[in-house]
Parts: sequence; C-alpha cells; structure tokens
Amino acid sequence: MSEQFEPTIIGFTCNWCSYRAADLAGTSRMKYAPNVRLIRMMCSGRLDPTFVLRALSSGADGVMITGCHPGECHYIEQNYKALRRFLLLRRVLAGLGIEPERVKLVWASAAEGARFASETTAFVEEIRKLGPLNWGKTDDRQQTMDDVESSVVNRPSSEMEVPA
Amino acid sequence: MTANAKPKFAMYWAASCGGCEIAVLNTHEKILDVDANFDVVFWPVAMDAKYKDVEAMENGSILLTLFNGGIRNDENEHIAKLLRQKSKILVSFGSCACEGCIPGLANLSPVGDIVHTAFNTITTDNPNEIYPQTTFDAPEGELHIPKLFPVLRPLDQVVDVDYYMPGCPPESHQIAAVIDLVIKVVKGEAELPPKGATIGVGDSTVCDECPLARNVKMIKEFKRIQDIAPVDPTLCILEQGIPCNGPATRSGCNARCPQAGAQCIGCYGPAEGVMDYGARLITAFASVIDATTPEEIDHILDGIPDPTGQVYRFNLAGSLLKANREAWKV
Repeated sequence: MSEQFEPTIIGFTCNWCSYRAADLAGTSRMKYAPNVRLIRMMCSGRLDPTFVLRALSSGADGVMITGCHPGECHYIEQNYKALRRFLLLRRVLAGLGIEPERVKLVWASAAEGARFASETTAFVEEIRKLGPLNWGKTDDRQQTMDDVESSVVNRPSSEMEVPA
Repeated sequence: MTANAKPKFAMYWAASCGGCEIAVLNTHEKILDVDANFDVVFWPVAMDAKYKDVEAMENGSILLTLFNGGIRNDENEHIAKLLRQKSKILVSFGSCACEGCIPGLANLSPVGDIVHTAFNTITTDNPNEIYPQTTFDAPEGELHIPKLFPVLRPLDQVVDVDYYMPGCPPESHQIAAVIDLVIKVVKGEAELPPKGATIGVGDSTVCDECPLARNVKMIKEFKRIQDIAPVDPTLCILEQGIPCNGPATRSGCNARCPQAGAQCIGCYGPAEGVMDYGARLITAFASVIDATTPEEIDHILDGIPDPTGQVYRFNLAGSLLKANREAWKV
C-alpha cells in the first residue's frame, strides 16, 4: 500500500471568469494536478452549500469554489454572497468534524490561468496531507448497525393495499 | 377477526420525549373519533400491551401506525422493523422519526461521551464509575437492556416509510386533519396521498405564513434572543438580528413562534424541495449579512455561537452528512 493517496476534488467554476481561467490554463498548456473535476455554473453566487455537502457526502475529499474577484462579479455582487456562505459553511463543517480546509475559495479572473493552475495544485497537495475523507462510506457504517441481531424481517411489499 | 371489525391502530415511541403523544391527546374530542373508528391495539404510553402480542399479529394487520422517535438503540430498531411488518400504513410521526430532532444532535458526539455525560458528570454523582451494561446475570436469569447505536437514525434510514408527518410535535389541528382523512379513506370517501408524501403540512415556508413585517434585511450583528429586550413584535425576527430558521422550514404551524415574538427553530423540517436543511439556512443567513470583507463577515458570524447546532437543530440525523465524523467511529 505504498501508492500515493490521490484526492478527489470537485471544483465549482464561474462561467465568466474562473471557468475561463481554467480554459486559459488548458489552452496555454499549463500543467496542474488532474484531481479536480470542474463543474461550471453561471456564477459563484449560484453555489448552494447543498452542492458542497452533497459532494463531500458522496465521496469527494475536498471542494474548491472559484469565482470572480470581489468587485468584478458579472452579476454585480453575487460573489460576496458566495464568500459569506463559504465562511459560514466552514464553521458548520468544523462542527461536524470535517476540517474546514477541505473547502477552499479561490478568486481567479479570466486572465489568471496560471493562478488557477497553481491554486488547484496547491489545494490538491493540502488535501493529500489531510488524507481521505471517506464520508461516502457512511452506508457501510449503516450496514454495521443493521447487522445488529434482529429477529424481524422486512415486511413483504405486496401488502400495501388499504381495505375500502 | 370478523369481517366488520374496526381497523387497527398503533402508536409507538422510540427515542423521543413523549410530546408527540401529548399532541395526539391535544386533538381533544377528536381522540374519541380514533376510538370510534379504530381498534387501538398497541400504544405503550396509553395502554398495556406486550411486544409479544404485536409479534403474534398477522403481517399487515394494523392499518395505521404512527411511529414517533428516532432509532437510537436495538430495541427501537426491533420495534420499527416489527411495526413495519405488521402495518399497512407506517407514518413517520414527528420530527424525531422524520429527521432526528433534538435527540439527533447527539450525533455530534461519540456514544461513549454521551454515556459518560449522562452517568458521570457534575450532575450525576458516580464515584465508583458504575455504568449500565447491556447484560446482567440476575438470580432469575440473564437480563438485557438495549444496546446503544453509534448514532441516532431517522425511521426511514431503517425501514420503508409510507408517509412523513413532521413537527416537534406535529400541530394538533394537523393531526386531527390527518385522522379525519384516514377515517374517510377507511369509509371509501377519500384516497390516500401518494406514498412517500409529507402529510399534515403546508407546501411553503414558515416565512410565507408569517405575518411579521419584512423589509430588505441587512444585518450588522447577530444576537441571541435573550440579549434583545424587548423584541419588536411586529418586525421580522431575522431582520432584528436573531437567527430565525423560518426561511428553510416547512410551513404548517401558522408561524406560531414568530407570532409569539420568538425565532422559528425549524421543527417542521426542510421545506418542499430542500435537500439539506442546514445548507438552505446557510444560504439564508449569508444573504442577509451586511459585509463584504472576510474579517467583517467573520466578526458578524461570531454572533452565532454554535453554527452547526443552529442550522441543524432538528435536522442533523436527516441531513446529507448525518453526523459528526467522530460519532461514526464505533
């Protein structure tokens, strides 16, 4: 088991800047860690914290939220909302025993392909140090609990009709 | 059983406080309709019945079971599976069964810490460190008490559930309406809602039902309600800086708490279409903060001393993450 742990990262990008930054990094043939799976949204303000929790609970080890620099939002001020959600979400995650560092917010304009690439690589290394989150395995834990001795089997589903 | 016998009714409490049973009794004379139309076969808080009596029943012989409480130990799980087997309609009744409720907040702590807090802290004098054991050899034979699970689970994480009826407790007028509906179904005068539906609720949010005045909310400081005196009884509670869970919470209670000048604490659970209650609330709180720099935002957020408990007060066990990571470690 000497293989290096490869984290799974979900990255949310804004259509107007950070997605284009990623695009620029690609067309400029910059190298960055391949662990991140990008999902494009119209704006970082579209980022419902549900997306982050869903990603973490489904097996992601870290989530990267990216958007336009403060003051440069295509929709005037939505990246500030993303910032506030991010800061509150980190506090909630800490209460659930998840390192807040597993969620990162990066501002990157359409011209900052190099920044996008270096931030992504740095984040992957941070998560590699933190180790796997393994939250997706909660179903296995549930199975452990279901194994507790029980004399009752599940009721047959054919008996759902209600008498008139 | 004769052909014209009354349909059977059961109610059970697992890890819960008993408030749901009180809410059922609070339907006042409607409880007589239950007695007139149903044969109550199992209801530990109200009548004497043994588990073996339930075990002896035919599968599916109970028409309606209201199950309140979460699944905290193996006895809860055993009865949940037993009642699922014996019931035609199993209703996840009350916040505990639907989403964990206050007992679900124990999912923030490992089970060992919970037992320690209950049996050996400043409120419990236990110098010899005597803890409950799951088995005991008595002269009459071996005795068992239920084994605690690592975390509390809502009912639908253990068995198949037909309907959900949230609330801590469900409002009595909603219970009465549901009882009326089931009686009509029995008489063939109405049809049941589709399986998996949430019943006895509104289809919007608490804010939608709340009569308090609302303006553009911009908050410079979060405060706890006890630090504000007096609360303005006409103005939106969140606007006054008190974290109010109304924006994410399902309607159905007629916004009772805000109308009484207190914040909504979210007992009716996630509104229609909300996948994770806490995430929705994070969005709501973040939207009203009047600050643009990380430092200032953090300073305002310091006004919420327990963010996880605030946004998941009733919903932790039913949330996407379900529990604290430490609590999962068995």
